[in-house]
Amino acid sequence: MLTFIGRRLLATIPLLFFVSLVVFSFVHVLPGDPAVLFLGEEAMPETLAQFRTRLGFDRPLTAQYAEWLGRALQGDLGRSLRTNQPVAEAILQRLPVTLELLAAALLVSLAIAIPMGIVSAVKRNSGVDLMSTVFALVGFSMPNFWLGLILIYVFALFLRWLPPSGFVPLPADLAENLRSLILPAITLGTALAALVTRQLRSGMLEVLRQDYVRTAQAKGLSQRLVVGKHALKNALIAVVTVVGLQIGGLLGNTIITETLFALPGVGRLMIDAIFSRDFFIVQGVILFLAVGYVLSNLVVDVVYSYLDPRIRLR
Amino acid sequence: MDSSSLRGIALHQFRRSVVGLVGAALVAVFLLVTAGAAWLAPYDPVAADFADVLSPPSWRHPFGTDDIGRDILSRVVHGSRVSLEAGLFTVAVALTIGLPLGLAAGFFGGRVDDLIMRGIEVILSFPTLVLALGITAVLGPKLIHALFAIGIVFVPHFARLLRGQVLSVRENDFVAAARALGASDLRVMRLHVLPNCLAPILVQSSFSIAFAILTEAALSFLGLGTQPPTPSWGIMLSTGRGYLEQAPWLGAFPGLAIFLTVLGFNLLGDGIRDARDPRLKT
Repeated sequence: MLTFIGRRLLATIPLLFFVSLVVFSFVHVLPGDPAVLFLGEEAMPETLAQFRTRLGFDRPLTAQYAEWLGRALQGDLGRSLRTNQPVAEAILQRLPVTLELLAAALLVSLAIAIPMGIVSAVKRNSGVDLMSTVFALVGFSMPNFWLGLILIYVFALFLRWLPPSGFVPLPADLAENLRSLILPAITLGTALAALVTRQLRSGMLEVLRQDYVRTAQAKGLSQRLVVGKHALKNALIAVVTVVGLQIGGLLGNTIITETLFALPGVGRLMIDAIFSRDFFIVQGVILFLAVGYVLSNLVVDVVYSYLDPRIRLR
Repeated sequence: MDSSSLRGIALHQFRRSVVGLVGAALVAVFLLVTAGAAWLAPYDPVAADFADVLSPPSWRHPFGTDDIGRDILSRVVHGSRVSLEAGLFTVAVALTIGLPLGLAAGFFGGRVDDLIMRGIEVILSFPTLVLALGITAVLGPKLIHALFAIGIVFVPHFARLLRGQVLSVRENDFVAAARALGASDLRVMRLHVLPNCLAPILVQSSFSIAFAILTEAALSFLGLGTQPPTPSWGIMLSTGRGYLEQAPWLGAFPGLAIFLTVLGFNLLGDGIRDARDPRLKT
């Protein structure tokens, strides 16, 4: 196991290096002058030149990259062009909101998908199975920003049960914090719930056909024990894979969800920075999310190899 | 067509698939609406009528009017064009870059394969929407930039899929026979390997069009895709968000249009996949 983790860690280092190269090239290599982007096309040539000199953009790209990477490795992602706040500080301030939203969405999706996937596999071709298939198809195809609008309309504006937007921090008021996260978590978690339901159903159907399940049934074990102890454990491996593969999708969709519900998270920070042309913030957030995504994939791989030891031998 | 051929069997399977047929019907409606937008839309989609703002659905305006009196039905009908462009353009970008990369990686193997696959891993290290947003932010908020960004994001999916197919097809006897007859690498790839790898690419294209439509709508919803006054379902939803309490129909119809179109392409992809290999049916 330790050899596997070491091998995976070693493979991650060059990957992170290339990720940093891509993020750096967003501002410095892609067509589009950062000085023009920030100051506008009508800015005087002298002003543009001063701006480039101030930020060191007139130096060779290799020197700029080396300095940027060196600082990034020490946690310095530069400063916001608008507020002068350190980018890393701005990200860390908003990170708890995004992490809480991600955790809540994951919880919602698994709370819907696991019972639905199990029941639809055990009661194959029944009404429940049909309902779960329809849910999976609808949930996966529905734009989450539209789902969010529908939820706001029904639960916040029509029934007035939950707030339509805004965020109450966890330490300030636990109950209000949870209330402010219910609609965003459902909005973000529904597509994942649909995918996991589908995956778990097909995984369970596969496992329920296996000899060891038939043996457990022949031994006279109750259906609950056969499904819960013998079948589900193996079918859940596929769920770990799906959840792992979808972390990137969830991270991306937090941007939409946070914008829709006015949550002060990392995604909202990125959108605000794009509109205020604060490209150091944009660059910092992209780097942060990409590194977070690579590391979360590493964790998923390790968990997966623990659940299915055959992976380590490949 | 010979019903005993592989293609004949797949077509027969597809005709028996309810999921595939519903998907095909939804996609057909979407394509017909897009092609006939000029005739189907009762009004000019960008013409404002300040005497008739935020009207609820009625016989005159079946989907109602928006905040500056534009007919929502006409805008939904014309908005389908942006979605179709989004789907086709992004898949074209992804195919143009992804197919040669996947073909070369699978066919040549060794260092070429290593190099291409490492590059693909790097692109896959970015969450899809984050990468698309980053590219759009740097290039500027325009539809073409958004579509290019989404296309780039899809490249790894096509390249990896094709690589896997090529790895299995290149071991066939007919490839060895073509080589023995003196065919060049390029000829073998173009005439013998590629045509035998296209079926899964078709399935992936259907899913990718669905995802591209969703992503374009998301970028436009955030203000970074299509720009007003061009009718786009994402922009219409964004406008509807501001009038959710007074005029919920503003967001309801464009949302429904995105949902049905994406559902159509997803079901079509499912149908084709199941017809090709019923073992994958979930």
